[in-house]
Amino acid sequence: MTTATRAEPPADPGRRAQSEGKRSERNLGWWLCAPAALVMLLVTGWPIVYSVLLSLQRYDLRFPDRRGWVWLENYVTVLTSPFWWQAFGVTMVITVISVVLELVLGMAIALVMYRTLLGRGLMRTAVLVPYGIVTVAAAFGWRYAWTPGTGWLAGLLPAGDAPLTQQWPAIFIIILAEVWKTTPFMALLLMAGLALVPEDALKAAAMDGAGPWQRFRMITLPLMKPAILAALLFRTLDAFRIFDNIYILTNGAQGTSSVSVIAYHNLIGGLNLGIGSTMSVLIFVTVAVIAFVFVKGLGTSTPGQSGGRR
Amino acid sequence: MEADRRVVARWGAINLLVLLYALVPVLWIASLSFKDPATITDGHFVPRSWTLDNYKGIFKNDDFVRGLVNSIGIGLISTVIAILVGTMAAYAVARLDFPGKSLVLGFSLLIAMFPQISLVTPLFQIWRGIGLFNTWPGLILPYITFALPLTIYTLSTFFREIPWDLEKAAKMDGATPFQAFRLVIAPLAAPGVVTTAILAFIVCWNDFLFAISLTSSSAARTAPATISFFTGSSQFEDPTGSIAAAAMVITVPIVVFVLFFQRRIVSGLTSGAVKG
Amino acid sequence: MAEIVLDGVTKRFPDGTVAVHSFDLTIADGEFIILVGPSGCGKSTTLNMIAGLEDISDGELRIDGERMNERAPRDRDIAMVFQSYALYPHMTVRENIGFPLRLAKLGKAEADRRIEEAARILDLDELLDRRPANLSGGQRQRVAMGRAIVRDPKAFLMDEPLSNLDAKLRVQMRTVISRLQDRLGTTTVYVTHDQTEAMTLGDRIVLMRKGVVQQVGSPEELYRHPRNLFVAGFIGSPSMNFLPARVEGARLHTVLGDVPLGDRMRRALADHGDPAELIMGIRPEAFEDAHLVRETAATGRDLTFTGTAGIVESLGAEKYVYLDLEEAGTIESEHLAEALQADTGDRSRVQLVARVDARSEIREKQRIELEFSPDDIDLFEPGSGLNLTVRAPAHA
Repeated sequence: MTTATRAEPPADPGRRAQSEGKRSERNLGWWLCAPAALVMLLVTGWPIVYSVLLSLQRYDLRFPDRRGWVWLENYVTVLTSPFWWQAFGVTMVITVISVVLELVLGMAIALVMYRTLLGRGLMRTAVLVPYGIVTVAAAFGWRYAWTPGTGWLAGLLPAGDAPLTQQWPAIFIIILAEVWKTTPFMALLLMAGLALVPEDALKAAAMDGAGPWQRFRMITLPLMKPAILAALLFRTLDAFRIFDNIYILTNGAQGTSSVSVIAYHNLIGGLNLGIGSTMSVLIFVTVAVIAFVFVKGLGTSTPGQSGGRR
Repeated sequence: MEADRRVVARWGAINLLVLLYALVPVLWIASLSFKDPATITDGHFVPRSWTLDNYKGIFKNDDFVRGLVNSIGIGLISTVIAILVGTMAAYAVARLDFPGKSLVLGFSLLIAMFPQISLVTPLFQIWRGIGLFNTWPGLILPYITFALPLTIYTLSTFFREIPWDLEKAAKMDGATPFQAFRLVIAPLAAPGVVTTAILAFIVCWNDFLFAISLTSSSAARTAPATISFFTGSSQFEDPTGSIAAAAMVITVPIVVFVLFFQRRIVSGLTSGAVKG
Repeated sequence: MAEIVLDGVTKRFPDGTVAVHSFDLTIADGEFIILVGPSGCGKSTTLNMIAGLEDISDGELRIDGERMNERAPRDRDIAMVFQSYALYPHMTVRENIGFPLRLAKLGKAEADRRIEEAARILDLDELLDRRPANLSGGQRQRVAMGRAIVRDPKAFLMDEPLSNLDAKLRVQMRTVISRLQDRLGTTTVYVTHDQTEAMTLGDRIVLMRKGVVQQVGSPEELYRHPRNLFVAGFIGSPSMNFLPARVEGARLHTVLGDVPLGDRMRRALADHGDPAELIMGIRPEAFEDAHLVRETAATGRDLTFTGTAGIVESLGAEKYVYLDLEEAGTIESEHLAEALQADTGDRSRVQLVARVDARSEIREKQRIELEFSPDDIDLFEPGSGLNLTVRAPAHA
């Protein structure tokens, strides 16, 4: 018998409800996605191309008549500038340290939210407070907390210490502000990952003689790996573009600029479109490289990209 | 039981730590906002004398009020458009099979991870060229763009969870396709749409980089940007109290909103991440 | 009340696969028809085509003589019960049951009367103000039924309505559905993959395989006169035993010994070109413990064979005895493979199941003697799977 070998559509034949054929489904899909795709393309696509074009020109709004094509000269300028490399280093330091802290702290909070016996709702509600707060508002809070005289935290330091005016203490505070604000998001993502770990697997491991720490390390963590990697990818790229906290806390003074802050200052402060665009392009490329490393190197599956979703 | 009480006590202590973590920095800003000019620099966590002057002051500040109006207006318009456009795309992604679907998803993911600063430079120049600089649409457009990936991801997850058998059942019960949508699917999709709208609004409300880069006056400057330009009503006055009060004003409504929709927001925030 | 006619109904998917191949069936007014078959056989697709949820690629669907192919589901006046029940989670039981009436713009008084009537029939009176989330599986199932019966449609379509219930409830609901259909007399098409459900519920069974109807007939007919190996293997539990057999003159050489071929069988074989190799099918209940038979009376089972009992399952009213037949040899037949698929994965040795009287004292690992009658065997052609021993087919 070879008449029909197709598997019967499973319990989800809804997809086939409009069986006018694949073509109408395809057209509908395209029409429905078109507006979103168009907006995203228009607002990002052309500016990116334009940004690349600008980065190849000498273009300083203060000296518009000196505009001209300089090809890679801007890149040479930026890539040989100690300011750029310092900002780059600071950004990397902030990114790595804050993401690591967020992961550890976020995991702890996720476990608390997931396992606590009392007030689970209250816990989940409370951690949303840092998420809901406007970054700028929170940053001001941290700035005043560390301002000598004004701040309750500054009061804990030796008199005369102004941490925000020193490079490393300031970077520490920037990291603190960043970690505080974004850990809850990380914790929520990790908690969702925790929910995917089957209780039975943990019980079985306990029966097999695994202690709490072993269960966490040998059962929970491996099963959560996809969730952890996805959360790390999102947060790493997000941390890399850090701007708000630095702008409010130090405005990039004392060598605390991130790449975003330094690009912003070149653009708005310096009105130097050529250099600003060059930095924009470099930041974009860096982000792409980080994402590439995550996806290809660590096998992070980005949501919707993997086949298992349907 | 002794052991039980110990467990409860331990969890109580751990919970308290988490609570302190989440709330202390916010309480600090609140405290600052209630301090009067005389005690604002005393460094105490709890105000010694309370005043509402800071709040009264910022609401008399036209720039701040204007910033609030801008924030609310720009945020709402961006959210509504992003939800409209995003719902269509999310429906297509969740329910239809068509080539290019993963392209749409991949592209929105790309945008979600895109460094905003890389857009600021070209947009600054383009907007000035076509007259969108320092206008509402000049902010609304990038806000829609950055809210869309979130909208598409979150909504398509919500949509996937709707039992679409119900649509067929409604048809069998005698509903037209539109009735099936209005009476059965829409009520089930509404909670997801509301949640997504809140998340999208937060994205717009929270933005700072576009707001300070693409505006030059209170015509379109949003509240967070306005606050960062606060200098106090005179050069002798310290703006700390005003800034703290303004920070509370722009924070509290969102926090209340978020807390009110806590359960939904948690599921919305995490929806896209776990099922990948 | 309606007569439903499927005339060469075919479903071809856009990618070219044919899910239902030229389905012909006339469902009489008030009849209870079961579509049964393994998953992937096209039974649900057929049901969806009757419902209007899937387009008909070819052929015609007529309800009461009217062509339905192009009608929307809502214009066919058919109710459907879904496997998932498809209850509207945001509506109460009352609103769920009343939903079709609301869409039909029925007056409130009349609607309430009919909702309450349906609720009474299905024993849902107490639950009318609850929401589906607060109902048990059985209750949800009944609400789904209520939504179907409330508008008194021309026909009911049921897509595996009981498969999400536990075994006990399933048996209970089977009776409920059976009685309900009797009482309302509404034409019903019922899809299931469970042959027990098919046997107990329907007036007629349509057994499908890979989109092709294998046999249509009463449960009795399909059981006693399966038209081919697949039907024989699918209907009945435990399944029919299949053994390789070789024709040697007027006898059939099998692992159970030589079986004499009656005139009728010889004629049937001659009509099919006297094949030498056959598959012999024999139902488990065709066997009886030889000791028991001797004690009581002769039953006409005049053939006996001996073997070693494997596992013996005592079900109270009867016993299942499993025998391993090492020297049986293997049978290569696609039909057989599929018919047996549900049963055992292991075809390297042929296992025989006998269903014997509960009084039998057969024990495991014992040498036992079983009796059977040559009249109880069916002979199948290995290649086509056709049953050579069925008498003139009841349906063309």
